[in-house]
Amino acid sequence: MRTLIFRTAAPYLTALMLLFSVFVLLRGHNEPGGGFIGGLIAASAFAIHGIAFGVPTVRRAIHFHPIAVSGFGLLLAALSGVVSLAFGVPFLTGIWVSPSLLGMSVDLSTVMVFDIGVYLVVVGSITSIALGLEDREDE
Amino acid sequence: MEAAFSVLVALFFGVGIYLILSRHVIRIVLGIAIFGNAVNLLIFTSGRITRDGVPIIPAGSDLLAGPAANPLPQALILTAIVISFSFFAFVLVLAYRAYQEIGVDDTMDMRISEPRDDQLPPMGY
Amino acid sequence: MLLEPVSSGDWLAIAPVVVAIALGALLLMFRHYLRWQALIASGGLLVMVASNAALLHRVVAEGPLVMTMGRWLPPFGISFVADTLGASFALAATFVAFVCAAFSVVDIDTTGRRYGFYPFLMLMMAGVNGAFLTGDIFNLYVWFEVFLIASFGLLILGSERAQIDGAAKYAVLNLLATAFFLIATALLYGSFGTLNMADIAMKAGGLRGSAPVTTIAALYLFAFGMKAAAFPVNFWLPASYHTPRLVTAALFGGLLTKIGVYALLRSLGMIFPLERAQLSGVIEWVAIATMLLGAMGALAQNDIRRTAGFLVISGVGVMLAGLAIGDTVAIAGTVLYAIHSMLAMAALYLLAGAICQAGGSFLLSDLGGLYRASPLLTAVAFVVFLTVASLPPGSGLWPKVILVGASIEAGRAWLSFAILFTGLLTTITLGRVFILAFWRNRDHGEAAPATAGHLAPLVVLLVPILLLGLAPEEFIRIADGAALGVTDSAAYIRAVFPAGGQ
Repeated sequence: MRTLIFRTAAPYLTALMLLFSVFVLLRGHNEPGGGFIGGLIAASAFAIHGIAFGVPTVRRAIHFHPIAVSGFGLLLAALSGVVSLAFGVPFLTGIWVSPSLLGMSVDLSTVMVFDIGVYLVVVGSITSIALGLEDREDE
Repeated sequence: MEAAFSVLVALFFGVGIYLILSRHVIRIVLGIAIFGNAVNLLIFTSGRITRDGVPIIPAGSDLLAGPAANPLPQALILTAIVISFSFFAFVLVLAYRAYQEIGVDDTMDMRISEPRDDQLPPMGY
Repeated sequence: MLLEPVSSGDWLAIAPVVVAIALGALLLMFRHYLRWQALIASGGLLVMVASNAALLHRVVAEGPLVMTMGRWLPPFGISFVADTLGASFALAATFVAFVCAAFSVVDIDTTGRRYGFYPFLMLMMAGVNGAFLTGDIFNLYVWFEVFLIASFGLLILGSERAQIDGAAKYAVLNLLATAFFLIATALLYGSFGTLNMADIAMKAGGLRGSAPVTTIAALYLFAFGMKAAAFPVNFWLPASYHTPRLVTAALFGGLLTKIGVYALLRSLGMIFPLERAQLSGVIEWVAIATMLLGAMGALAQNDIRRTAGFLVISGVGVMLAGLAIGDTVAIAGTVLYAIHSMLAMAALYLLAGAICQAGGSFLLSDLGGLYRASPLLTAVAFVVFLTVASLPPGSGLWPKVILVGASIEAGRAWLSFAILFTGLLTTITLGRVFILAFWRNRDHGEAAPATAGHLAPLVVLLVPILLLGLAPEEFIRIADGAALGVTDSAAYIRAVFPAGGQ
């Protein structure tokens, strides 16, 4: 699989897919998309990078162990639900703030934090499975 | 429409159960995958199949304008698909590992945890 | 009422699940800091025990506690409903998990820790607590899958050949059971158009006894019976429960089958009582067969872990006996027996671990001389064996007294005979284990004395066991309250729909 064409194209593909995964993650709050599908796109980006340059390169690039990433995502998702404790509403109720940033109103919410958590869980777990399988092929 | 889908669901169940009754692990795993899809289709059919519009309440209104499709089964199926997908991946890897470790694909010969020559406890001192 | 502010006390309904998930995630992130894992996990479980105790206290005093996720009004939002049944099961289960976490310090080696024993443990406890506390039947399915996938991880920790073999059977049959659970839930949704348990119980009135509802109830009986390892769908349990690490086996034997029993009580006992009465004859024979075959299976085993596995099965049969009778007294007996069984079965597996550490083997043919080597272990073992055999002073006596009384009252002679005969067979089985492993002289070598690391968790586990055996009034009162919540769902429904529903 490690042809010259593929190895030349892979970094661009990976970068583009990662960017697109974030776009899909944020877009999901108004239109089809969301953390799960965004996470899948990001995980496939890492998988492509792994096929082109080998698994160790990807592991170095991510820096954190994929499982630790998914653990962080799970923690983030769980804690986003706990925020509502301070506001006297049930678990997982969406809390919104709309700070003004450079003259634009930006809607931030615990729902988004939850979705980012889901994104990280999916990225971490699917990347870990994909890298594990690619590792085995190299042997 | 539901009737046609019921037949399809029954067909899926039939194929799944037939494969699960096999002695070969890989067929059992494939059977479980088909069985899971049959269940997903069943949930979909249980939610009733209609040709109505999307269940989105228009802005400024508190109620749906007219009859709408039921969105819940799709949420349920999505959950079930994600779960069964991850289980399928796990069981597939497990079956492969079992084949590597035990060297057989026939459940009749998978007797490592329950050996055939399991001895009885001592009958006296 | 639902739009009123939620007091922080209401968070008790969700707290155990949130704590377990958050700590599981944290442990997953710091998987390689092996030294802290056991400490954080047992600390977290202790917090969960405290929170579940507070929850039970509150539920017993004030009735079911409801929290509906995201402030979507039920039946649309997913409700967590803690009633006495769920809260008492959750408390017992979390306590057992805490003791197992303490035992894991000596039982789980560095490799096991690196492979993530503690994250899996916490995630499994999230699933177990979620299953006990949720009030939504599809959500119940999700929690089943959560603890199932965590249990897969625990089961193959170590990747030995026997573990892979056992895990394959465990995985396939449990996946089938949850698939059947989902089939029943799909049909249920098709018939009622709702998944909220209180809503179903309320709407079931119009469809009572009709063919689809009976079919759904029968499917639930099959699916949860498979989860609970009831005859004739129990073969996955003896194939797998003796293969993993002892702590894992103790957790599984203590908790997982009881979730199946809980789900049976919830679905057949509370939601479909009329269908339960129709199926009562089937449940009765399933119960008798499970009890007797489990006990006979235990009698024929040389490996004490497999003996324990078969005793788990026969205990499930005793619990099903209460469900077959179905009146409040019998259900109370089942609840009490389930709590006893969680404690006693975990103790039995942990004891097997201590016996192996002291005697160097799990096989009755090799064991011997433990009395001389370790009198303290012998004393602990004696009490555990009495408990499992449902003799005083252990916790098993009172639930069996209640169940035998209820079955005689209901005129089901075979059921009471089976319960008593199972007790006899269990006594013979464990008596033989005691004679062979403890009293018999050792053929070769010396047995080692038991270590404090193995004994201390067992002694902690014996505290509630003896408490239940010697001062059962409070436990029986709680079990009665739990049973009343099952046979009369009015309080449960009122808690979820304060306005009386739509």
